[in-house]
Amino acid sequence: MELNAISIGFVVFTVFTLGGALGVVATRNLFQGTIWLMVSLFGVAGYFVLLSAPFLAAVQILVYIGAIAILITFAVMLTRSIALIKARYIRTLPNFIASLTLFLILLLGVTIPIFGPHSPESIPEYVASTRDLGAALVDENGYVLPFLLASVLLTAAMIGAIFIARDETT
Amino acid sequence: MEELCTGLCSILVESGAEAGLALFLSLLVGVLLVSGVPLITVILLIWIERKVAARIQDRIGPNRVGPVGLLQTIADMIKLLSKEDITPTAADRILYNAAPLVSFASVVLLWAVIPFTPFHYGVDLEIGALYFVAIASFGTLAIMAAGWASNNKYALLGAFRVVALLVSYEVPLVFALLVPVLLAGSMSLVDIVNAQNGMWFVVLSPLAFVIFYISSQAETGRAPFDLIEAESELVAGFNIEYSGMKFGMFFAAEFLHVFTNGIIMAILFFGGWMGPLYYESPLIAFVWLGAKGGLIYLTTLWLRNTVPRLRIDQIMAFNWKFLVPLSIANLIVVSFVLKALQELELAPRDLLNAGFGELLPTTAILLLFNGAMIFYLLGILRKRGREARRESQAARAEFAQTAHVGGH
Repeated sequence: MELNAISIGFVVFTVFTLGGALGVVATRNLFQGTIWLMVSLFGVAGYFVLLSAPFLAAVQILVYIGAIAILITFAVMLTRSIALIKARYIRTLPNFIASLTLFLILLLGVTIPIFGPHSPESIPEYVASTRDLGAALVDENGYVLPFLLASVLLTAAMIGAIFIARDETT
Repeated sequence: MEELCTGLCSILVESGAEAGLALFLSLLVGVLLVSGVPLITVILLIWIERKVAARIQDRIGPNRVGPVGLLQTIADMIKLLSKEDITPTAADRILYNAAPLVSFASVVLLWAVIPFTPFHYGVDLEIGALYFVAIASFGTLAIMAAGWASNNKYALLGAFRVVALLVSYEVPLVFALLVPVLLAGSMSLVDIVNAQNGMWFVVLSPLAFVIFYISSQAETGRAPFDLIEAESELVAGFNIEYSGMKFGMFFAAEFLHVFTNGIIMAILFFGGWMGPLYYESPLIAFVWLGAKGGLIYLTTLWLRNTVPRLRIDQIMAFNWKFLVPLSIANLIVVSFVLKALQELELAPRDLLNAGFGELLPTTAILLLFNGAMIFYLLGILRKRGREARRESQAARAEFAQTAHVGGH
């Protein structure tokens, strides 16, 4: 692997992503945990930049850091003990087996294609622009059905949230 | 590599520098310039803001240090730097110290995509408008972190209110931002400016501009949306525990954010560097952008110093029950009308290269629809206002009556 700006960037963003993820599970302070989560999500946004998908990078930051992580922080701040969590999950063995299995599945899923008949594809010459992405989302041969389904799902979720949160008396 | 190496870089290469090093150096100079402009501007901005506020309140304002008090900010900065740097013992040390940095960086980073002139900009991102929104969300994060890390109940309360405010007002802001993007057919800020060659977008959709203006006033936490500080309720809000230059950074970030929003509005709605003779020299284009941005900035100062603070429930109700539906309706109307006009061959398909004459029918019709919406809205507002007034009058009359009876 040659040392150029992209590989350096890859290393940096990997440190961000994995370090942040490690921080999330290692810290016993909920608020710091959410901050670590943001660091990790920021690293993922960096990957999108490296893959020439600036739109997805900006959306990653806007949606995950700007909205979801902020909401998590909000929820965390409203919980009682943020800093000193005494409770521990004591069922170590089932947790260990479950996480080990998941890790192995992911490891195999990621590594097998490298050794398989499909050699790792090089980055194609043509880089799709945001315009292409937008067109693909509403193209009938593209992703219009998943796009509409996701929209309906989100709208239903929003209406549900409003319905649950609504005051009974009014 | 070759096509990236222009201007300063090519001069460096000619004088014998290595190509990679020359490129790095020229990029470094560019970065320093783009981030330096806001840093220098903010010193002046604080002086302007204090002067304007003073004049509105019938005072003189800073006038002792330097000519007409111009060096006051420098003196303040030296004072802030020399103050003791206090970190509360119970604070979260890392977050507490990182928050002011993130807050200031979130504003300075915005300047990377601002097109100062047709040729001078940090970077022309394909997703410029989205970048603007994404980076601004770091400011929210900084305030949240500062409020929590201070370990102070006022700071935490302040942070809660701010985040509720910022997250809510981001919704109409983005919907209003979509209108120029839709009209230009591009998210790049350079393209948006170029698309206004024929007609400024503020004429095509004044409603979008008003929504954007109101929400960006809220995003910067300025009156009437100054819940962030609310001196009379929260002592100082999220930054209560901060002292010295760390406080100074929050302070500078806020001032710079207001001006940056002025510049962004000039770019999105007032044609950026467009103006008479802008093609003659980049300097004239730069002056046009500065003048437009500055003028918008001055109106926000004016607003800040003349209106009282609203209650948090009023602010939230105004946003969710008025601004958000309005911004969505405006977006739908503009996109529908524009598409219909394009199908009827009345509007050019591509606004980027359309001239003034070509755009006249589009402008007239879009303006008509916007005007109709504004007229309808004013009607609703008048009705609501009248009802509220009647209710409060009735309540007051009732109160006066009971007080009268009780007195005897």
